[in-house]
Amino acid sequence: MADPKRSAACIVGIGETKYGRDKGASHTNLALQLEASIRAIADAGLQRRDIDGIMPFQNLANAEEIVANLGCDRVRFAATVAMGGASPVASLALAADVLAAGRASAILIPAGWAAFSGPRTRELVLDPARLPGGVIAGDYYFPHGYTAPMQWYAVMAQRHMYEFGTTREQLGAVAVAMRKHAQLNPNAVMRGKPMTMADYLASPMLADPYKMLDCCIETDGAAAFVVTTEERARDLGRPIVRVEAAAAAQPHPADEITNRKNIFETGLGRAAPEAFGRAGVRPTDLDFAMIYDCFTFELIHQVEELGLCARGEGGPFVEGGRIELGGELPINTHGGLLSEAHVVGMNHVVEAVRQLRGDCGTRQVANAELGVVTGWGDFGDGSVAILSRR
Amino acid sequence: MASLTAIGEDEIGSKGTGDEFYAWCARGELRLRRCNACREWCHVPRVTCPNCAAIDWAWERVKGTGRVYTWTVVHRAMHPAFMGDVPYAVVVVELDEGPRIVSGVVDCPLEALEMEMPVEVVFERSDRWGDRVLPRFRRAPGSKALRGAGGIAR
Ligand SMILES: [Zn+2]
Repeated sequence: MADPKRSAACIVGIGETKYGRDKGASHTNLALQLEASIRAIADAGLQRRDIDGIMPFQNLANAEEIVANLGCDRVRFAATVAMGGASPVASLALAADVLAAGRASAILIPAGWAAFSGPRTRELVLDPARLPGGVIAGDYYFPHGYTAPMQWYAVMAQRHMYEFGTTREQLGAVAVAMRKHAQLNPNAVMRGKPMTMADYLASPMLADPYKMLDCCIETDGAAAFVVTTEERARDLGRPIVRVEAAAAAQPHPADEITNRKNIFETGLGRAAPEAFGRAGVRPTDLDFAMIYDCFTFELIHQVEELGLCARGEGGPFVEGGRIELGGELPINTHGGLLSEAHVVGMNHVVEAVRQLRGDCGTRQVANAELGVVTGWGDFGDGSVAILSRR
Repeated sequence: MASLTAIGEDEIGSKGTGDEFYAWCARGELRLRRCNACREWCHVPRVTCPNCAAIDWAWERVKGTGRVYTWTVVHRAMHPAFMGDVPYAVVVVELDEGPRIVSGVVDCPLEALEMEMPVEVVFERSDRWGDRVLPRFRRAPGSKALRGAGGIAR
């Protein structure tokens, strides 16, 4: 592990709203994010005015309105990382550098949306100009009915199944594991709705190989976390969760999947070796992993890209309960985007912190000291953070 | 899904290349961008050549033959324009010249779709997304299905 004396960024506060799918709800992206932010700041033991850096999620709220609402009148750093669902962890990586440079002392990273009850997300998919890929998608994807991320990623999964023999049941093993974990999480949208492999296999096909139960759940909700320097974190007397290393990268080309020389190339494949190298740890040292599971195959894909196994071996890796609580490497103990909530991966960071604090109750990984959290966005942008309890 | 974030690329000034590409298709020709400076193919089209940075493009005709590199069959359309078409296949064809192109299939039962299946281009008018003549693909001589071996069962 990296030198424990080296100063590192620390996550000192986490906050979440209730995650829900209520048809009559009238949430706004902003109000949800403010609620989560206030909780995260309080959890850190900070005052709102102590926040002097903010990194909001692209297009879900802007820095000015969040800062104005929270009464943070000392902000000197504001930036948004544009990497889709990879942004929260990529923001954490940038926040660590900003803190090290002394350009801020306490950075708030919020994200969330009314993705279930709000009209915006559903309307978004009707207009390619508002999707990753933009003009390219409008000219070359949409005319053939290739219009949504589920379909764009499905072709990667399909090719993986062909090249490496990844099976339907291996995709199912991911969905079942996430649902199992959600049963232990009071805030999980799918708590109280257990799922068997038979349920999974019977779910309707949406875009082969993706069935309905291969897909994450549109959720109303937000989460936030606060990052500060190690010195400040120790003064606050909160449990220390250190960012041992964090990194982000894009595949090439970042805006088009089908013409990559290797269709399985991702940003995470570049970011992960960098992060593990700087942290001085190996994938086998991990006690848990929180992996951005927008679709079942993308979890399998990232298991490979993280270096937990070789490319092509992700399918067998997720089988046999290996990624479930009690297994070799528990993944997404909160239930993930598939069964807790789709909060653009913020919930993965929050759960990693909770595990390292030992606050996970019945879903606690025993002696959790080192974990990894990933983000996946747009057409395969990747981010990764290695977190430890110190 | 990944979060959907890129708003306003139109405003940034990229008008796209669809009009030119589909004008060739309407004449029954599949043409892709090729760099006059380094002769690399470039699909999807870019403003500058990613290989040599030249801005010197030709639309050059390709043979229109290739193989199915990967595919998905859409059973639930995400865009209302395609709801009447389900189930339909989206194929990624790797052309013999190298570039891959997103398309669909004609005269091919969905259960006959196969990885690496040889295909050839045909042109088909569609009003689903604008009124355009699209390059689509049908099974080419040499595909198992056309030899009578049947497609893979899924
Ligand atoms: Zn060139």
